[in-house]
Amino acid sequence: MFYREAGQFRTTYAADQQIFPIRQDRIAVVAVLLVAFVGVPLVGNEYWLKAILIPFLIFSLAALGLNILTGYAGQLSLGTAAFMAVGAFAAYNFQLRVGGMPILVSFALSGLCAALVGIVFGLPSLRIKGFYLAVATLACQFFVVWALNKFPWFSNNSSSGVISAQAIRILGYDFGAPHRILGVSVAPEVSTYLLVLVIVSLLALAAKNMVRSSAGRAWMAVRDMDVAAAVIGIPIMRTKLLAFAVSSFYCGVAGALYAFAYLGTVEPEAFTLDLSFRILFMIIIGGVGSILGSFLGAGFIVLFPIFLNTYAEPFARLLRIELPPGMVSNLELVIFGGLIVFFLAVEPLGLARLWQITKEKLRLWPFPH
Amino acid sequence: MAAGRNIGEPVLIAEDVSLSFGGVRALQNVSFDVRQHEIRAIIGPNGAGKSSMLNVINGVYHPQVGTVTFKGRTRKHVHPHEAAEQGIARTFQNIALFRGMSVLDNIMTGRNLKMRTNFLQQAVWLGPARREELEHRRRVEEVIDFLEIQHIRKTPVGRLPYGLQKRVELGRALAAEPEMLLLDEPMAGMNTEEKQDMCRFILDVNDQFGTTIVLIEHDMGVVMDLSDRVLVLDYGRKIADGTPDEVRGNRQVIDAYLGVAH
Amino acid sequence: MQFFFEVLIGGLLAGVMYSLVALGFVLIYKASGVFNFAQGSMVFFAALTTVGLVESGMPLLAAAGITLVAMIALAVLIERFVLRPLVNQPQITLFMATIGLAFFIEGLAQGAWGANVRGLDIGIEDAPIEWISDSTGMAISKFDLAAAGICAVLVSTLALFFSKTRIGRALRAVADDHQGALAVGIPLRQIWVIVWGVAGFVALVSGLLWGARNGVQFALTFVALKALPVLILGGFESVAGAIVGGLIIGASEKLAEIYIPPVIHGWFGVTVNGLEAWFPYVLALLFLLVRPEGLFGEKHIDRV
Repeated sequence: MFYREAGQFRTTYAADQQIFPIRQDRIAVVAVLLVAFVGVPLVGNEYWLKAILIPFLIFSLAALGLNILTGYAGQLSLGTAAFMAVGAFAAYNFQLRVGGMPILVSFALSGLCAALVGIVFGLPSLRIKGFYLAVATLACQFFVVWALNKFPWFSNNSSSGVISAQAIRILGYDFGAPHRILGVSVAPEVSTYLLVLVIVSLLALAAKNMVRSSAGRAWMAVRDMDVAAAVIGIPIMRTKLLAFAVSSFYCGVAGALYAFAYLGTVEPEAFTLDLSFRILFMIIIGGVGSILGSFLGAGFIVLFPIFLNTYAEPFARLLRIELPPGMVSNLELVIFGGLIVFFLAVEPLGLARLWQITKEKLRLWPFPH
Repeated sequence: MAAGRNIGEPVLIAEDVSLSFGGVRALQNVSFDVRQHEIRAIIGPNGAGKSSMLNVINGVYHPQVGTVTFKGRTRKHVHPHEAAEQGIARTFQNIALFRGMSVLDNIMTGRNLKMRTNFLQQAVWLGPARREELEHRRRVEEVIDFLEIQHIRKTPVGRLPYGLQKRVELGRALAAEPEMLLLDEPMAGMNTEEKQDMCRFILDVNDQFGTTIVLIEHDMGVVMDLSDRVLVLDYGRKIADGTPDEVRGNRQVIDAYLGVAH
Repeated sequence: MQFFFEVLIGGLLAGVMYSLVALGFVLIYKASGVFNFAQGSMVFFAALTTVGLVESGMPLLAAAGITLVAMIALAVLIERFVLRPLVNQPQITLFMATIGLAFFIEGLAQGAWGANVRGLDIGIEDAPIEWISDSTGMAISKFDLAAAGICAVLVSTLALFFSKTRIGRALRAVADDHQGALAVGIPLRQIWVIVWGVAGFVALVSGLLWGARNGVQFALTFVALKALPVLILGGFESVAGAIVGGLIIGASEKLAEIYIPPVIHGWFGVTVNGLEAWFPYVLALLFLLVRPEGLFGEKHIDRV
């Protein structure tokens, strides 16, 4: 009875084109944004910000990138982590070698570098489809990480191979140090969180805009039936390469943020095949072909291990079972694997679709049909 | 038969087209033309090569021998993308809609060639991208009104019944404002009412917009009523070409349909 | 020159091991059209289970036998809980499901038996064959040769099975067209259990050989990933292709490891190693650009 569209008439196409045409949705989104931008910094503690919210935002960005390529454009990619690695190392090198380079410009340029790599490794998609393409992306994943590892130039000839990411400084404001603003103390993780939030929000909005325009429709057309898409005049090559470029850009920026705003180090070992799989799982569980799904999936994958770690022991104690050490991480694998199969079989469109169905039920509530 | 139109000069000329797949000869030395503003039917028994001929016209298949001339340009090999740019649109025998998208989005993809903004402008949305999107939305809504499918515009096409999907596919082709429309069995699987609606739409398109139409159809009643001229194929060869009445009485055509050995 | 041959033969024999794993992929793809990403985990699971049983006191053969039963049980569960619910989905969806399955099996295996590296002794030593090293000076391992022999036997058996027996024909029918096979009365579910069971058996043999060679550890699952380039070269549907593909990948990987680093050193002044991490994939990628269906695969023609 609350989630009703009765009385909300859209009288112009412009009104119909809005991202949130239903008034209740708009109110909800404003509330979420208020919580994210104002509530969390005021209330959030260090653990939540550093270990949960910041990685959640960064992974959402990477999941957005992969969703554009795999969910919208239908090109299966197992090389997501490699594009993130390119972004991280590019940002590090720009900061290192170009004196006085503003860090936001570094991030943007690192995205562009990743986009270029994406286009190169996306070229095979013009001839290869389906899981053949997935194997081609594996070539990218393994080669890029190997190259970043073995060619010392990328890590500035450091002997240990592990390099620290530079501090984030914008216009003199150091994001790694505590500050006092207008009498309120701002911890470094709060500053970092807000920076990441702003970047991710803007890029998510851009993604939503692209996806509901002709670019997005072209991607979906190529995904659904590329012969028909060619027949109606959609340029297949340009569309696929654009998907690779945009997707890799998003992953590159995510990788840079991953190194600079989360890990603090820039190392190839952080960007393994395992990470590529995790991000793929995020979009499968969250919902392929959905912007919201990228966030839902990232949230799930970030929160679930923590949930498991916290509650597995007490739960086992309740059942009087002894959990051997390391069992929890195996449990994670088992449950993730099972969930993937479950979602693919039951709801291939993931949590995003479940959310849509919930909303449709809410529109009828409290009536059953 | 629609009267009172100016049927013009030949806009499409197929000369000596031969197409084979491995050992299978789909088309053999087929030559015919299509005049501007006319409705041309291609008929023939199953496997006669009718769909292959349409595929050759818009570049999905490349003939080994022969040429296709459209609007004065003679090409041996045309890419489907180029055919679309030149003003040819088509529908498919087994509906080729984009299942993941709604009716509105599917028809909007038909406008893709006319859209000029790039992805960066679209990422920003405000400004040229928004204006262009609204402009094309307006045109697509005209097509939706024309085909009377307003009530399903937001429905994902995968959920629609077959007859409506065919109508949406026609809508997507019309959205491109084509000069020539290739329809591959547009009435297949429809009941009488749906067929009447579809005939009405085809006639209206030809009448109001002057679109040249080439259609493959099995229903003889439809063919006789709609078309100006009919091309008959059998086993990849042309066996008759003329007005519906001429073709109806042609001995070879009757034999082909009745399956007389030859 | 002799060194070249030593590397080459060593590579070929290593390639035989890849072929074994690839064989499991081909079986499943031929019969259910599914690209089973979980094959590597199955190899890992088989090896780990056998080792676990051996360590708890069972003789090797008995342990292997029980593991085989476990693999067949796994096949039944997979058919019931993964294949059946996803029966009409596109290939990509099934592929992603097998990725999930891979994680599931890995977690299960490690959860049951622990994550330590273990050695496995199957009675063949990894020592150079004396008469070859005495006469030619090349070091070729007994183990590798034995593995090649086992592989040859396995492959010929399977090849005969597919072409001569009734079940083999039924498997090929199912691979071509599920609906058609059902229409002529082939029991789809039983076939799938049989196929995944046979693939499980192949996984067991691969697991024992690989485990004896490299130790039974989590890295075994990455062997499965190596099988992907093998299949791309050989085609997904050809047993012969899996063999040839494996040999090519094995040989080229070892040769690349020896002969490319000096070139890179010459160009960039950097000493590199570990090329086998990516070389097979890049090779497969280049191959795909030229011949997307592999050496022995069939071209697909789409009707519009």
